[in-house]
Amino acid sequence: MIAKERVEEVLERGLEFSEADQTEVVVMGGDTYLTRYATNYIHQNTAESNAEVFVRAVIGKKIGVATTNALDDESLRQAVGRAVAIAGVQPDLPDFVSLPGPDVAGTPAEVTAFSERTAGFTAEDRAAAVGRVTSLSARNGFEAAGAFSTSVLRLGVANSLGIRRYAETTTSRLTAIVMGPSGSGFADDSSADAGAIDVERVADVAVGKCRDAQDPVAAEPGDYEVILEPAAVAQIVMYLGFMGLGALAVQEGRSFMSGRVGQRVTGENFTLWDDGNDPSGFPLPFDFEGVSRRKVMLIENGVARGVVYDTYTAGREPGKTSTGHAIPPMMHYGPLPLNMFVKTGNSTIEEMVKGTKRGLLVTRFHYTNPVHPVLTILTGMTRDGTFLIENGKIKGPIKNMRYTNSVLDAFSEIEAISKEARVSERFIGSISAPAMKIRKFTFTGATQF
Amino acid sequence: MRTKHDDWRELSRKALERLSSKADYADIRFVSRLGETVEVKNGAVEGVTSSSESGFGIRVLKDGAWGFASSSAPGLEEVLAVADRALAIARASALVEGHKAELSPTETVVDTWSSAYKKDPFEVKIEDKLELLLSAEKRVREGGQGRVAVAQAGSGARREEKSFASTEGSYIEQEITETGAGIAAYSVGPGELQRRTYPNGDRDLSDCAGWEVVLDLDLEGNAERVGREAAELLEAKKCPSGEKDIIVDSTQMVLQIHESCGHPTELDRVYGTEAGYAGTSFLTTDKLGKLKYGSEHVTLVADATVPGGLGTFGYDDEGVPGQRTVLVDKGTFVNYQTSRETAARLGQRSNGTMRADGWNRPPIIRMTNINLEPGDWSLDEMIKDTRDGLLMEINKSWSIDDKRLNFQFGTEIGWEVKDGSLGAMVKSPNYTGITPEFWGSCDAVGNKNHWKLWGTPNCGKGEPSQIAHVGHGTPPARFRKVRVGVGQ
Repeated sequence: MIAKERVEEVLERGLEFSEADQTEVVVMGGDTYLTRYATNYIHQNTAESNAEVFVRAVIGKKIGVATTNALDDESLRQAVGRAVAIAGVQPDLPDFVSLPGPDVAGTPAEVTAFSERTAGFTAEDRAAAVGRVTSLSARNGFEAAGAFSTSVLRLGVANSLGIRRYAETTTSRLTAIVMGPSGSGFADDSSADAGAIDVERVADVAVGKCRDAQDPVAAEPGDYEVILEPAAVAQIVMYLGFMGLGALAVQEGRSFMSGRVGQRVTGENFTLWDDGNDPSGFPLPFDFEGVSRRKVMLIENGVARGVVYDTYTAGREPGKTSTGHAIPPMMHYGPLPLNMFVKTGNSTIEEMVKGTKRGLLVTRFHYTNPVHPVLTILTGMTRDGTFLIENGKIKGPIKNMRYTNSVLDAFSEIEAISKEARVSERFIGSISAPAMKIRKFTFTGATQF
Repeated sequence: MRTKHDDWRELSRKALERLSSKADYADIRFVSRLGETVEVKNGAVEGVTSSSESGFGIRVLKDGAWGFASSSAPGLEEVLAVADRALAIARASALVEGHKAELSPTETVVDTWSSAYKKDPFEVKIEDKLELLLSAEKRVREGGQGRVAVAQAGSGARREEKSFASTEGSYIEQEITETGAGIAAYSVGPGELQRRTYPNGDRDLSDCAGWEVVLDLDLEGNAERVGREAAELLEAKKCPSGEKDIIVDSTQMVLQIHESCGHPTELDRVYGTEAGYAGTSFLTTDKLGKLKYGSEHVTLVADATVPGGLGTFGYDDEGVPGQRTVLVDKGTFVNYQTSRETAARLGQRSNGTMRADGWNRPPIIRMTNINLEPGDWSLDEMIKDTRDGLLMEINKSWSIDDKRLNFQFGTEIGWEVKDGSLGAMVKSPNYTGITPEFWGSCDAVGNKNHWKLWGTPNCGKGEPSQIAHVGHGTPPARFRKVRVGVGQ
């Protein structure tokens, strides 16, 4: 695995090789491991060691980007040369101001999620954890599938204006889908510390859900009260972020937040923010431009408060500065909130069930996609445990349903929020979400299982 | 002078020598990729990116269990260390006992294969690409007459060189060049966002070919229409809700086939090895050769041999030749897409669909070019023969359940079909159905004049995530009594 000293050396060499007005070099490297299992055995088991270099060269208001994963001087020189050459042949990008400089307020404490135990986790360790899931599954006559992944990431950012940032993070995640003849259950856990993954809980919950999910009956599509477990809430929050909580989407009028900051967009009991420094998530202290991540309130007590910025989008609005949410330079989505937190409430799933006359309990969603981004309408399927609730009790499992519903409408109809939240690891970040009871949620179709 | 390929051959030989006495089977792939994307937006250059990556991956089978390790670091020492790591991982996999992998036989092959192109996309100057894209993007805005908030044009190119060597003696080198371009317009109104694209959605790579495909697209000639239609969609009728006969045009048929035929015929999904992520398949092995998947008009093939597709290649990443396999024959489900391991479980030989997304991923079953065979209808005849329907074009929203039965797909644009004529434009049309019922309602398939091979460069599958480039040859087709306008 690439060492810290090598990351810093590559950053400096990259800057040295550039003749551009401004230059930025990002090095992202590390090792990732993933043990994949299905039908109670390990069918795929992978290791990857890689280090990528992203070079952004600026000539006036022209920008070129080049990437490579070869770290020798000749390859670095070529990558820098390509970035500079690309910048040279472009017209100006009128709104571009500058790459960021070092934080005026100084570098805050470098909070990262790093665990030596994860760095030392072996294929045997992963197999042992998977074996505990598959054994419990097999003892119950079920088949388990999922993955145990771990990673060590070393990220360095440097630019010719003086930014020098370096961080190490680790991630680990165990997923389990346990399948019986006519239904399935799901559970997962993620942590910076692979040794802290609660394997027994993942196995117990997934097997228990699977047991409860057998022999489902068909339910009619229509409007229901729903209780969404944290995994289901996390998925629709993730899409809310993609659809409109980044500044570029707002500036282009593509976001539900466009022109609505300061206005009510959900019920008062919904609050959402992004915080890349919160140790309860997967903190990374700076973004892919080396700018310190700032906590950004996105929706507070139902009122739209703001979106996240990178240096380019901040430069397009007077008085704005980057909030530290730049993504890698070859991705053109604009800044994204990658560490979102939904405010918890004071309820429990059990209490929500007790207070439901007729409704559905959803474990998680599958294959969600936007139907109408401005109206935040999504569609997707339920998966791995959907249950009918009647008169305060879970009556039994139902076959999976298709929902087509506006996220903002759903968050305007929240009746209860759980006091517990679950953190699920996502692409270079995480989402912390509680369970929610929503008064009205529209299911538009059903499938055969 | 020693070349990269000389190094690959030598390092492959040494890695396999090290593993041959310890592993039951091993293969090693070296892959290098060059990529370039050029994106312009609203009169400015949004980004030009040149990418280069290389590395190798080693796959080991030991006592019926797999291990895979990969690295971007060069040199013999690293190759041997990664070989040892792959073997150790295979041994760790065997700690959880279960199914033991066996490989169906395949021929030992020593060969090279390259895709064809006329004009090397990496030899075309970036200035020339920008000139073309900026001109097309400007025309998109002009067509939008002030109502297009975002106009875009982009092009992409990728060249992949790779080698495959196995302990069975195969050594194959391949070079694949892909190119494409497109334009898009996004119009914004109160509570409204509409999109129009050409030629087919948001995708920069469309063909296994060179820059000639971009020139043939005539982006500038289509730009004004794209901008105009994006603006018109803001005022267009809502999609009616209810049952209609729908004509799925060639562009939307890409997605329809991809999701409801391509994925469920992947035999690894059927055996459950994708259950932990994307799901399984309703096409269980008891249905093979029996299930009525669609009407008699429906014949679907997996064809890695058709020239120019993103799913076209000489050999898959297990060294099995690319081939043509009928999946659905006149409505009956007759075959899967298979690998050496999954085919063995059916007592078959692999039909060559194992591909890896680069050096750092193991191969898994991926679609090649999954094509709907043409029928004998012209699009005009289909429209004239439809009394109350909708014509739908270019996908923009998609979702399907984890066994690939219940789907809901939305398109950029639609038109009412009334009494044999195209009528009013419809915005955000969508339709939903159950896969075999939907294909069973197909009563007309477009002829070969309407058949076109499209590229899908964004097919996600697997953990760790893999993005495959696949193709779909599609004519338009008509489906009876389909539920449309869901959630409208």
